[in-house]
Amino acid sequence: MRVWKYGDDVNTDMLFPGKYTYTCSTPDEIIPHLLEDLDPEFATKARPGDVIMAGENFGCGSSREQPTVGLKAIGIEAVIAKSFARIFYRSAINQGLILIECPRAVDAYREGDTVEVDPERGIITVGSQEFKFPKLPPEILAIRDAGGLLERVRARLKERGRIDGKS
Amino acid sequence: MGQTFAQKVLANKSGQETVEIGEIVTVRPDHLLTHDNTAAIIAKIEDELTTYGIADRELPVIVIDHVVPASNEKTASNHKRIREFVKQHGIVNFYDAGEGICHQVVVAKGHALPGMLIVGSDSHTCTYGAVGAFATGIDRTEAASIMLTGETWLKVPHSIKISLRGHLTPPVSAKDLILQIIGDVGASGANYLSVEFHGDVANLSIEDRLTIANMGVEMGAKNTVFPVDDVTRSFLSRMVKKDWQSIWADEDAPYLKSLDYDLSRIEPVVALPHRVDNVVRISEVERTPIDQFLIGTCTNGRLSDLQVAANVLKGKHVNKWSRLLVLPASRDIMLAAAADGTLETLIEAGATILPPGCGPCLGAHQGVLAPGERCLSTANRNFKGRMGCRDAEIYLASPATVAASAISGVITDPRQVME
Ligand code: SF4
Repeated sequence: MRVWKYGDDVNTDMLFPGKYTYTCSTPDEIIPHLLEDLDPEFATKARPGDVIMAGENFGCGSSREQPTVGLKAIGIEAVIAKSFARIFYRSAINQGLILIECPRAVDAYREGDTVEVDPERGIITVGSQEFKFPKLPPEILAIRDAGGLLERVRARLKERGRIDGKS
Repeated sequence: MGQTFAQKVLANKSGQETVEIGEIVTVRPDHLLTHDNTAAIIAKIEDELTTYGIADRELPVIVIDHVVPASNEKTASNHKRIREFVKQHGIVNFYDAGEGICHQVVVAKGHALPGMLIVGSDSHTCTYGAVGAFATGIDRTEAASIMLTGETWLKVPHSIKISLRGHLTPPVSAKDLILQIIGDVGASGANYLSVEFHGDVANLSIEDRLTIANMGVEMGAKNTVFPVDDVTRSFLSRMVKKDWQSIWADEDAPYLKSLDYDLSRIEPVVALPHRVDNVVRISEVERTPIDQFLIGTCTNGRLSDLQVAANVLKGKHVNKWSRLLVLPASRDIMLAAAADGTLETLIEAGATILPPGCGPCLGAHQGVLAPGERCLSTANRNFKGRMGCRDAEIYLASPATVAASAISGVITDPRQVME
């Protein structure tokens, strides 16, 4: 597990350059350009189970879902930040990517610390310190638990289709 | 306790009497905006579209604007796929490449009305608050889901109240005002919040309000909104036949914070690279050399913006070592600017006119910067890499400032060239 640490206001152009937004939309197309203008190492070296830690307003800027799609596809365990921009936050819910707002955990992190996340219990462990974070509301957990927004919509449409006698 | 604008609209759209701040509500938006990203959106739900169709063919407003005309085979294929989808599902509100930038088209064609709830898979969807709508950005996946179901969830936000007093003193403009506000509030200062403008808004034209509402997302806002007044009514009466009902906050609505601005004290400002809230008075950066000037985008590509630029540039010429790109925000604006001589003045002054659309704003084509170059732009974002090159710099300012600076080739206070 590796921790990727970044500062405040990491915007969507840093997470995924705008010039690729109309040519790359599948995880395979997205991953090579993730964080390209912020940290060129990330796309090749990030591994499943890695964690991102960042400052305020992570994901500000465009409505651009390639970052959340790509980070989820790489297998990033969670993004822990002091705060998130709202479109990015929604997008992460829609993709089933775990975002945790916990300024104290970010401040506590020192290079070399291991970081563990237990979303069920709502606890982050940074080195030897534990931090609690609030659980998500049930409406939002339901989307994450379904495996993302579209999975949830698919299930509901099937249900409705059966009721209408459509399929 | 009174209700905020956001509470009232979200209660209305979720079919409830009242809603609490912080509550999550299921809402049915009046419109869903998508643009070139429609191709990627429908690709996610091909099977479901075949089985279930779309929820409502009047719900989407689709505008092809981001990379127009198509820059390569891939973007051309995306556009083609969107046209097929529109035909196949009988989408009512469709605007093909060349019509203009989505945020201009949605408002100018009367799709955004007071009291509406509009979501869009573009962060600057907040623009429609200029005409009293609750408008906010979502991602592609959510847009796909709304195409199928016609509904989504929203959390009822807290609100902040920005009260305006007095008049702007030209050439100081709405762009200077909103840059100043973002500089003060910070890039995340309005995160998750609904931003309401109050006070002497009657002194701002619809174009001014569009510029201001457009940039709300640059301080993190969920939506930005202006009250509906005679200015709005006379603007809408020109193209809308439908009935609409305006919604506004109660006098005693609760606000997280309140800010006051005396418009007569606003001065020309510039946002320095690579942050929109990195705002300084123009005197601090005067004489900074600029390679490319850009007037256009969904922030400042409207007729009054082009007219202001033409006034400054009339009889003058763009500096020999710089270039000026001008993109009218829509075909209608381009037509009006052609009819009143604005385009002729700009072309004579050395401007290159690009087709209506987003153009170089997102760095995908047309006017990409080279490493080490500087651009002074009327756009809304100056992030690193935004105009296609991570080693270039973008400065943001008003159309008057960009035009004045284009003559000298260095950042110039427009008050020096305009009386
Ligand atoms: S003009 Fe720029 S900011 Fe506006 S919609 Fe187009 S790309 Fe986005």
